[in-house]
This record gives sequence, structure tokens and C-alpha cells, in this order.
Amino acid sequence: MPDDTPPIERVPAAADRLLQLDDIHLARNGRQLLNHVHLSVAANEIVTLIGPNGAGKTMLVRIALGLILPDSGRVERRPGLNIGYMPQHFHVEETLPLTARRFLQLAKGAAEQDLRAAAAEVGIEHLLAQPLHGLSGGELQRTLLARAILRRPQLLVLDEPVRGVDMTGQMELYDLIARIRRRLGCGVLMVSHDLHIVMAATDRVICLNHHICCHGQPDTVSEHPEYLALFGPLSKERLAVYQHRHDHRHDLHGEVVNGNGRGAR
Amino acid sequence: MLHDFLARALIGGLGIALFAGPLGCFILWRRMAYFGDALSHSALLGIALGFLVGIDLNLGILGICIAVALFLLALQRQKRLTVDTLLVILSHSALSIGLVVASFTPSLQIDLTAYLFGDILAIAPRDLIWIYGGGGVVLAILIKMWRSLLSLTVNEELARAEGINAEVTGLIFMLLIAVAVALAMKAVGILLVSALLIIPAATARRFASTPERMAVLAAAIGAASVFAGLFSSLKLDTPAGPSIVVAAAALFVLSLASSLVSRQSTTAR
Repeated sequence: MPDDTPPIERVPAAADRLLQLDDIHLARNGRQLLNHVHLSVAANEIVTLIGPNGAGKTMLVRIALGLILPDSGRVERRPGLNIGYMPQHFHVEETLPLTARRFLQLAKGAAEQDLRAAAAEVGIEHLLAQPLHGLSGGELQRTLLARAILRRPQLLVLDEPVRGVDMTGQMELYDLIARIRRRLGCGVLMVSHDLHIVMAATDRVICLNHHICCHGQPDTVSEHPEYLALFGPLSKERLAVYQHRHDHRHDLHGEVVNGNGRGAR
Repeated sequence: MLHDFLARALIGGLGIALFAGPLGCFILWRRMAYFGDALSHSALLGIALGFLVGIDLNLGILGICIAVALFLLALQRQKRLTVDTLLVILSHSALSIGLVVASFTPSLQIDLTAYLFGDILAIAPRDLIWIYGGGGVVLAILIKMWRSLLSLTVNEELARAEGINAEVTGLIFMLLIAVAVALAMKAVGILLVSALLIIPAATARRFASTPERMAVLAAAIGAASVFAGLFSSLKLDTPAGPSIVVAAAALFVLSLASSLVSRQSTTAR
């Protein structure tokens, strides 16, 4: 197969590069989940990975984290890369008594002072004594984010951080993530199931559906009055609209049905 | 007046409770309750083989428990049968094979009840060395790997992304359970070992707000069960091993009742 995937724009300078995945292929149970996928994240850069359910986003993230190995392709992480990870599914057994504080303490070498600072940053100081399974979806997301930043990560990997959070909570979380990125100067790899709305601070959007369908920079919401009207003035600084530039379509099974086959199997 | 054998039973039983409690908590949190059963049931095979080959029975038990733990770890990787099915197959086949092999060794036949239900009153000074030496090592390793094991138990993906080696930690944990089962058998026997691991931990859950408190509390509740079981066995002339488990179960029921009462009083307010 000729390597005809379009190069990713604004490829970051090699020195800043935290993570580089080249030509990743992955099959599970006889189905090709990832085909010919390239991904890179640099310091201080926010990359948002979007795509429909079952598009292989989480699998790609797990490959990036080193949790699974691809069938083929190259995975390069900067040596000693410190990763803060926020998983998509998080469930604590009812039999395990765990307060938010004790959970945060599990981050290696977390001093009490850092712990309080992280809790304050994400706004969960008042929840520290609460058991984890009593927290609401949004509170749990913030606690997970606090755990991730306690590690002072160079790379923050967030798998659907705003899932199940209402629009206001979503914008607050986006604010928070943008602030953390500025403060730590870390790279951020974020997964979102929303195909059109991404965090405004996103530098690059990658649309994945088993292969990279398209990629580019999002537009500000202000350029799209209909979205601005829908989400209100608060969304102006926080949300961005991504316009897809697909040259092919997928059928219900995710198979490419037309187009010139660029990047398709 | 405290007889020597009673003192040894008490010291041995308390020693076992000390490591069974914290380890039992992890078994509970990781939903591995049947693992203890599978390991302990296979211990009879270790005893029988030890008799046949003529090696130290403790070594026979330990060897078989570790072998079964490794086997289980390998079995978990396949997806065709669920783990609970495998555990039932393994634990009951192992027990039956043990009983069949034991039938070839007449001297073992006589002591079979003691192995199945424990003979804490027969604990010898040499057993105490095993219990405290082995138990000490188990507790020391558990404390050393506490943070990694707890992280993995809370969320495996998160722990692995943070650089914790899940394979090695999981393997060490399995071996710890194997050693703990081999040691705890002395008190309550093959059939009741997992009760001593699980029941105190389950009782402790209602009164603990952190994992560490639950572990310490489970050890304390286990110790109280050993004490109460031995005492009632002495007074009522009941079998010691089952009496300890009955005491543990009674404490568990009490904890259930107390949580019901406290719930009712909060709703009444």
C-alpha cells in the first residue's frame, strides 16, 4: 500500500515532540480498527481527536499510552515522558472505601501541599473527605483531572473529559484544561465524541474513523453565528467549530464507500 | 490457667488473622473471593503428594498453592471461559483429586478431618515459626507494594499509564495469597480458609473510610474471631476451626445489624 496519507499540517519541531505514532495498524477480532494512522503531540500543544463511536479513538489513545501494542507501526514517546491520564471509564468498587483525598495521594510522591493546590485548581477542596463513589460525574472528572496534574505531566491524555457533563460544566472544564496547559506547558491529547464542537484552545483536530479522515484547525464559534446562538455568549472563548473536509464517506459499518480513497484501506 | 497447646493455638491464630485481614481486603476489592477457595482446595493435593513423596507437608502445600496460583494467572489470559467458571472447575477438581490421592495413603485418611477443618489446637512450636516467619514476609511485601497494588485495584489502566507494572504486581499478589492460604490452613483447615480471609474484611468495610483503616480493622476483627472462637470451643467443646468461622460470621451479622439500625435512626430523624 503506497503511503499516501496527507502529512499533518504544522508538524511540530522534533525537539518539542512528546509523542509520535507512525503508520499504526491494529486489528481486533478480525476487524481492522486502526489503519495507517499517524499522530503526534508536541509540548504546549492541544490535539483533539474526534470521531464517531467505535472509530478506534480509545484504542489509539491506549496505544499512545503504551497500554497495548499496535500490530504494526512505530510508537515513539520521549524517553522518561511523564504522562497524566484521565480514563474514559472510571468505576470504583463499592467494597473499596476511598476518599477523594486518598485517591489523589495515590499519585506518586504527592505532597499534601501539592495535593491541596491541585484540588484547589480544579475546585474540589470541599470534596476531599468524600468517598469517590458518592461524587457526581462532573466532580469525579475534576478529581481525575487533579490526579493527572499532580504528576506534573509533560503530556496530559484526556479520554472524553466532558462526557456526561452539562454544557456549562463542559465550558468550565475546557477553561480549566486550557489554564493547566498554559501553567504546565504540557502537551494535551484529548478525545471527544462530539464531531463538530471542540475546545477553543485546540491547536489541531484529527478526525478518526479507523483511519484519519481529515485534520485541521477549528474555527472560532464567532464565525458561526448559529452555534453562538445555540450555546450562548459564554461559548465564545471556549468552544470552536470544526469543519470536516472529507473526500469520502463511510457506510454504517465504517467502510469507505466513495471518494478517491485517500487514506482509506 | 493457660495450657501450652491453647497458648500456641491463640498465638498462631492471632498471627494468621494479622496477615489474613489485609490480604482479604485486597481479595474483596479485586473480586477474587473464589481464588482463595481454589488455592486452598488444591492444598489437599499438596498434602497428599507430600505424604506420598515424603517431603515436608508445609513445602508440599506451598508448592501446590504457588503452582495453582501461576496456573490461574495464565488461565485469566484466555477469554473463552469466564474466570468464575474456571475457578469452580479448578477448585473442586483439585479437592477431589486431593481426596482420591489421599485414599492411597492410609495414614492421611485418619487425619483427613483435621486437614479439611483445621486443627488449631494441634499447632506445634515449629508451625508458629512458619506462621510468623511466613506471615511476616507476606505482610512486609504487602506493605512495600501497597501503593502500586492499591493503584492497580482502583483503576488498572490509570495505574499502568502512570508506569506501574501490572504483570509483576499481579503475580506477586497471587503468590502472597498462595502463601497466606498455605499458612492459614493450620487454623481453620482447607474448606474454611477463604472464610478467614473474606469475612473479617467484609465486616470491616462498614466501619472504614480508607483502605488502610479497613485493612487494620479486618486484622483486628479476624483476631477477635480467633479469640472468641477458641474461647467458645473451650467452653462448649465445639470444633475449634469452625467455631472461629462462626465467630467471624457472627461479627459480620452484627455489623450488618448495626448498619441497619444506624440507617433507620437517620431516616427517623
